[in-house]
Amino acid sequence: MCGIVGLLVKKPQLREQLGSLMMPMLIGMTERGPDSAGLAVFTEALPEDQRKYSLCAPEWEYDWAGFEAEFIRHFGTEAAIRTKGNHAVLTCDEPAASVRPWAARVFPDLHVLCAGRQVDIYKDIGNPADVAARYDFDTLTGTHLVGHTRMATESAVTPDRAHPFTAGEDFCLVHNGSLSNPYQIRRKLEPLGIRFDTDNDTEAACRYFEWRMREGDDLESAIRSGFDELDGFYTFLMGSREALALVRDAFACKPAVVAETEDYVAVSSEYRSLARLPGVKNANVFEPVPEEIYVWRVS
Amino acid sequence: MEGVVNVAPEAKNRLTFDLAAQPLRELNRFLHHDLAGTGVTHVDVINPDGTHNIAVGVDAPVRIDVDGHAGYYCAGMNKLAQVNVNGNVGPGVAEGMVSGTVHVKGFASVSAGAAAHGGLLVIEKDASLRCGISMKGIDIVVGGSVGDFSAFMAQAGRLVICGDAGDALGDSLYEAVIYVRGKVASFGADAHEEPMSDADFAAVEELLARARIKHDPKQFRRVASKRELYHWNADADQEY
Repeated sequence: MCGIVGLLVKKPQLREQLGSLMMPMLIGMTERGPDSAGLAVFTEALPEDQRKYSLCAPEWEYDWAGFEAEFIRHFGTEAAIRTKGNHAVLTCDEPAASVRPWAARVFPDLHVLCAGRQVDIYKDIGNPADVAARYDFDTLTGTHLVGHTRMATESAVTPDRAHPFTAGEDFCLVHNGSLSNPYQIRRKLEPLGIRFDTDNDTEAACRYFEWRMREGDDLESAIRSGFDELDGFYTFLMGSREALALVRDAFACKPAVVAETEDYVAVSSEYRSLARLPGVKNANVFEPVPEEIYVWRVS
Repeated sequence: MEGVVNVAPEAKNRLTFDLAAQPLRELNRFLHHDLAGTGVTHVDVINPDGTHNIAVGVDAPVRIDVDGHAGYYCAGMNKLAQVNVNGNVGPGVAEGMVSGTVHVKGFASVSAGAAAHGGLLVIEKDASLRCGISMKGIDIVVGGSVGDFSAFMAQAGRLVICGDAGDALGDSLYEAVIYVRGKVASFGADAHEEPMSDADFAAVEELLARARIKHDPKQFRRVASKRELYHWNADADQEY
């Protein structure tokens, strides 16, 4: 069991409230996922030539100033770093192709959670309320987000195995369910040079979809090809630069419910985590049907 | 009866439970243990907000009105009670019901009426996958459509579908009967359409009336078991 939540605000003035609107949704999914929690938030886009990287350190007290100094020394370029305990967001004009291998070599204890122009990720082990307080989820702003509360079944309870997972840039995925062929997917992708950070089944799905999109699929056709390739139970909720996307497997064993108003689209595993949203009593509430792809775009 | 609030002084037989202010256990404990002898015949549940297990295991002829959306297993194992939900319900509504009525104004998630022995379950809108799975005598009326694998291994009882049915309708049916008005995406193993008899039209008319859903019984078709799976057929293609 796990809990998934997603929120996309339709009005620009609501972007400041994105985190605070989401908070009761995530907390409401505590029973479905009490061992870890995480969240990916999509913010205003950086300029074309800039990138940001969410980083996770093994300890709460981490020498981020030392990391930043080493980054500037190595790349000889400007960088800005925003820190929150063991998490930091590094903004710079270096591409992922140079930052990722450098970080893996010089700071092997750091985990690069995501890269892109819009996405920030925070994830850690612990009760969702504690994780949310740790990273001030209620203050997050942006256009849309995906969140997750984890009850681990397929791999260990560690920060890097918490959801969301990411691949490529500005793409992330959370999952309720379990895949039965993640190693088959890995054996297909690894020879193509695609590297995995963990042994988690969800990471396989995330990297599969991102690979399909790099091969030219749009999000919908990537998901559709997953119907044949991904075996198992899933409700997937994905975030990309411009959209939230939701899909459930053919058997729909893993729940999902959507509430849509003029102000927002909210997705959750269960209605009880949507019940605190303003105006939800008059929202269009529906249960997504299996193998239908739902995409909501940022307006 | 701590925390129980009378909605109106004159309504001595009517109680309200506010699940935003009271834990679910207070409601269910009242229904299981304290109801008898109070004279209460009507319980209102407000702010259900998707809570699981609302009014499960009730064994009394009481009316329970849930004003909002319920979570998993609402009115599961119901006996005698009349449970009305003015909203949607999560998975397993009225699962294992024995008798009484459960009436849902909205839609139902998966496994509505699963393995239920009796009573009437009405879902005014759609029911998701596996509606009536392994039903054992319950009557279910769905005002909308049902998802895939509905009435899977259904043993007894009747399932009336006013809309369409998904794939594998009635797979491995026993003696339950399905009446469907709309399209059937596909039949499951051993399920097929049969002619409607006068008794079938009368059954549909009676069930629609009890569900307070208006349709012409003449628009329904009967789906029942071919009973071929009842006996081992060594000559069948062993392709599963």
